[in-house]
Amino acid sequence: MNSKDFCIECLNVTFSYGPNTVVKNASFSVAAGDFLGIIGPNGGGKTTLLRLILGVLKPDSGTIRLLGGDPIKTRVRAGYIPQETNLNKGFPISVHDVVMMGLTRSRGIGRFFTSDDKKRTDAILEQFGLLSFRKRAISDLSGGQRQKVLLARALVANPEILFLDEPTSSVDATGADDIYEYLQNINKNGTTVVLVTHNIGILSRYIKSVACINTEVFFHPDGKLDEHSINRTFGCAVDLIAHGVPHRVFHTHGETCNHA
Amino acid sequence: MPDFLQYEFMRNAFITGVLVSIACGIVGTLVVVNKLSFLAGGVAHAAYGGLGLATFLGISPVNGIIPFALGSSLLMGLVSRRNKERSDTVIGVMWAAGMAIGIILIDLKPGYYVDLMSYLFGSIMAVSLQNIFLMLLLDAIIISCVLFLYKEILGISYDEEFASISGIPARILYYIILMLIALTVIMLIQVVGLIMVIALFTIPASIAELFTKDLKRMMIMSSVLGMFFTITGLIISYSFNFTAGASIVISACAGYGLAVLLKKAVLKHRLQ
Repeated sequence: MNSKDFCIECLNVTFSYGPNTVVKNASFSVAAGDFLGIIGPNGGGKTTLLRLILGVLKPDSGTIRLLGGDPIKTRVRAGYIPQETNLNKGFPISVHDVVMMGLTRSRGIGRFFTSDDKKRTDAILEQFGLLSFRKRAISDLSGGQRQKVLLARALVANPEILFLDEPTSSVDATGADDIYEYLQNINKNGTTVVLVTHNIGILSRYIKSVACINTEVFFHPDGKLDEHSINRTFGCAVDLIAHGVPHRVFHTHGETCNHA
Repeated sequence: MPDFLQYEFMRNAFITGVLVSIACGIVGTLVVVNKLSFLAGGVAHAAYGGLGLATFLGISPVNGIIPFALGSSLLMGLVSRRNKERSDTVIGVMWAAGMAIGIILIDLKPGYYVDLMSYLFGSIMAVSLQNIFLMLLLDAIIISCVLFLYKEILGISYDEEFASISGIPARILYYIILMLIALTVIMLIQVVGLIMVIALFTIPASIAELFTKDLKRMMIMSSVLGMFFTITGLIISYSFNFTAGASIVISACAGYGLAVLLKKAVLKHRLQ
């Protein structure tokens, strides 16, 4: 596989907030079409890694390439769902206008949205069963509905790669399953998906590869987790709950794994 | 024609009230949704340093206030972006520093008496025609910025990270918003004075937010509310011989109280 087939390439990436090293010497490459789960403890650097890949933060050292180029330039081709806790939930904005924000990249600065943009927005709202909510304020929606709105916003411009930061933290189990099923579908249609989660349970069912991060990054392109990297990442053996497919979750300590 | 409109200073005061309300409605909405009212208050007080400087140099007050308001808003923005956790402290320091510099500069001009009260509490009854033209220009700048950059301003106000990933230069937009705040502060100081700037920034926008969940409508609604409060305040001031700035603020505060009660009644009615 040559480097063009990789969506994300990190080489010796280190990043610190003041004296605290959050990401240390991370190197890994994510293939196009992958469904990557990024797991790790709170404060382990999951969100920071995502922000580095998206060019929101600049690494202290090392290089990051997204979709074959500098993230600052290529990230407009990516979709992104931020952690909901960072959002201003009471903001006066309608569901329709939130989703239409996803089309900003296709209109230049200072240009108005067109009637075509409005139609595209309504089309994706319909796909998510949200068309009847289009005029409603985002603050009037339930957690699960809001998450769908953010998903619609990230997907309205047909991104090549989709990043999600804890997308199901304010969603009930059924709602979460809906979202994961949807992600699996768009992944089958060729969109690369990168999912940050602390819910290891979902990994075995949906993801293709795993990155464990606790300052250091352990990348497993085959999606197999072993006790060693779980120990290194979480500091102790974590209770792994496997849904279905038991063969890919519990691997013994000595088994080979690709530490990047 | 009502009898108070036969005086030129009253006509100018009404025109000023309308012009200022347009700026307050638009920029106040941005202040409220971005939670920048402390910063706006800081800019207003720091601008007093500019008044001191103008007095010291013997130039027109507006020429001192404009650079101080713009400079302090950009500096406060810069510092609070670098250190979000402590931004309130930093703004508080600059708030006080600006005022202190102003007072000392006026002290340094021996024998000079400047009517401090008119800048603390406003002098809408004494606005010159020249200043009315300046306000017209500032309104034009504010309206065109918000008109052409609406989707960008909405984007960074709601979700800055997503907006910057979508190709919006978030930092530049943030500083544009701060500049709009500074320009509006410059207008407001002359109308209600720096102490009551916060009232006209936040009250009309907060009332509008009770009744609409759309940023555009919120801007229009708070502009109209601002006009209503300034005109009501001016009539009260004229009729009872009260200070104009205080009368405007009192009418806005009363309006806010009524709006909250009205909103509660509407919600109760819906529940039944």
